[in-house]
Amino acid sequence: MVSAVFHNPSAAVRSTEPAKPAVVRATAPAAPVTPPRPARQPFDWPALGWRVLPPIVGTSLLVLVWHLLTLEGGGAFPTPRAVWDAAYVLFSDPFYSNGPNDQGIGWNILYSLERVALGFGLAALVGIPAGFIIGRFAVMHHMAAPLISLLRPVSPLAWLPIGLLVFKAANPAAIWTIFICSIWPMVINTAVGVQRVPQDYLNVAKVLNLSEWKVITRILFPAVLPYMLTGVRLSVGTAWLVIVAAEMLTGGVGIGFWVWDEWNNLNVAHILIAIFVIGVVGLLLEQMLMLVARRFSYDD
Amino acid sequence: MSAFIEVQNAEMVFTSRKGRFHALREIDLKVERGEFVTLIGHSGCGKSTLLNLIAGLLSPTSGVLLCDGREIAAPGPERAVVFQNHSLLPWLTCFDNVLLGVERVFGASESKAQLKDRTEAALALVGMSHALAKRPHEISGGMKQRVGIARALAMEPKVLLMDEPFGALDALTRAHLQDELLKIVARTKSTVVMVTHDVDEAVLLSDRIVMMTNGPAATIGEILKIELPRPRDRIELAEDSAYVHYRKQVLDFLYTRHGHVERAAA
Repeated sequence: MVSAVFHNPSAAVRSTEPAKPAVVRATAPAAPVTPPRPARQPFDWPALGWRVLPPIVGTSLLVLVWHLLTLEGGGAFPTPRAVWDAAYVLFSDPFYSNGPNDQGIGWNILYSLERVALGFGLAALVGIPAGFIIGRFAVMHHMAAPLISLLRPVSPLAWLPIGLLVFKAANPAAIWTIFICSIWPMVINTAVGVQRVPQDYLNVAKVLNLSEWKVITRILFPAVLPYMLTGVRLSVGTAWLVIVAAEMLTGGVGIGFWVWDEWNNLNVAHILIAIFVIGVVGLLLEQMLMLVARRFSYDD
Repeated sequence: MSAFIEVQNAEMVFTSRKGRFHALREIDLKVERGEFVTLIGHSGCGKSTLLNLIAGLLSPTSGVLLCDGREIAAPGPERAVVFQNHSLLPWLTCFDNVLLGVERVFGASESKAQLKDRTEAALALVGMSHALAKRPHEISGGMKQRVGIARALAMEPKVLLMDEPFGALDALTRAHLQDELLKIVARTKSTVVMVTHDVDEAVLLSDRIVMMTNGPAATIGEILKIELPRPRDRIELAEDSAYVHYRKQVLDFLYTRHGHVERAAA
């Protein structure tokens, strides 16, 4: 400090200055005047830029490469421009209906979503209670574990013939396929959640001598909910993956069948649009469930 | 006169994948009604195991435990437990956490309004009336422990079992809650069995201190009767010769005669 004063006289003058404001500050809180609100932080433009720009640049690069590769023309692969035009036509009338084999893309998506909702809903109805039972009772766990390990890795489409055999119709078979594929993440995650309920909470239940119903509603269910919602999220993702494949095989109205139909028409632009749409819908489903999950997460 | 809680020749052997572990042997203990008993010993001496036996969370390998003349076979609301880590349910408010126990004990015989009154009274007793609607993560560690005590007291238990209830708290909060516990116990005339590893806490609170030998196969080494008049004041007691004497006896047992666990285990 002394050396600083010695070398730089102006610094010495400055160093005496803060003494005064310090005194003022010390008395300020005692004054009855409410302190002024802290000034609003200036908007952080660079941070926003860093968040927004890279995704835009990445997407633009992809489109640019695509554009360069299809520049020659004449190939089967459409240019970005052609796809954009096709999408414009497609989305300007998404809900037309010219008979069962020619419907707007909006109808196709809705039909697919309906199948997913049915298959997934049934899977949740069966899978979540099953997960609770498997997690709560060791015997059930030992009974179910080998079956689950065996059946879980089976490809969705392997289940389709079974569905066709049993239901003798395409639509229930597709729903069945979704059901059987989306049930596993919910069963497994719920069971794991039940097994990981902290022993402390179960001791509380024992000491308070709670009834099994109270244990389930007040302790198990809230404790398991975050695990369960993870399972639900994984299940919806799987269901949406499976529906496209299942519909390709079963036909009818739906986004998967639509992709197959456009392939038969050699309309590659529409296939690319379908891929984009499938991605967007999957993303929306995921985000929706993330919101739900955040609503039910709690801090200890 | 028969004791209120009676442990007769209890043995506890844990069998795990690693093998058998003889935790407790030949435990004989009697606790009178309205008595405040602390269990003290080095960590791993099985004092929490003994408390869990009385709570009914564990069953003894052999021997008998009685509470009010009846055998302890399972946990029950007449033996309320205050856990070391408070164990409040994070998704319920303080009020609902306490209500959960109240409903179980009094739900069949009392109206909703009476249950609500009981819950509020219990939270008022521990000075937590201001936080009825708060969730456990919104209050401090000391406050959580108070709610834990309120949950136990609200069930009007015959015995209050406390497993190092203040172990996770800072020294100042701990002293404050000890004082409050003394007042509450004086008012409610509860029977208390408390596990602790804090010598001052044991001497300040107890009527008797049960000192346990080191494990494995720990047992009761000595029981020290604390004949200090109540109400007790920690500041006056700090220079009280009897208090200092008791304190020294406990320290002597723990450190001189049943020294470090590490050395014993080696």
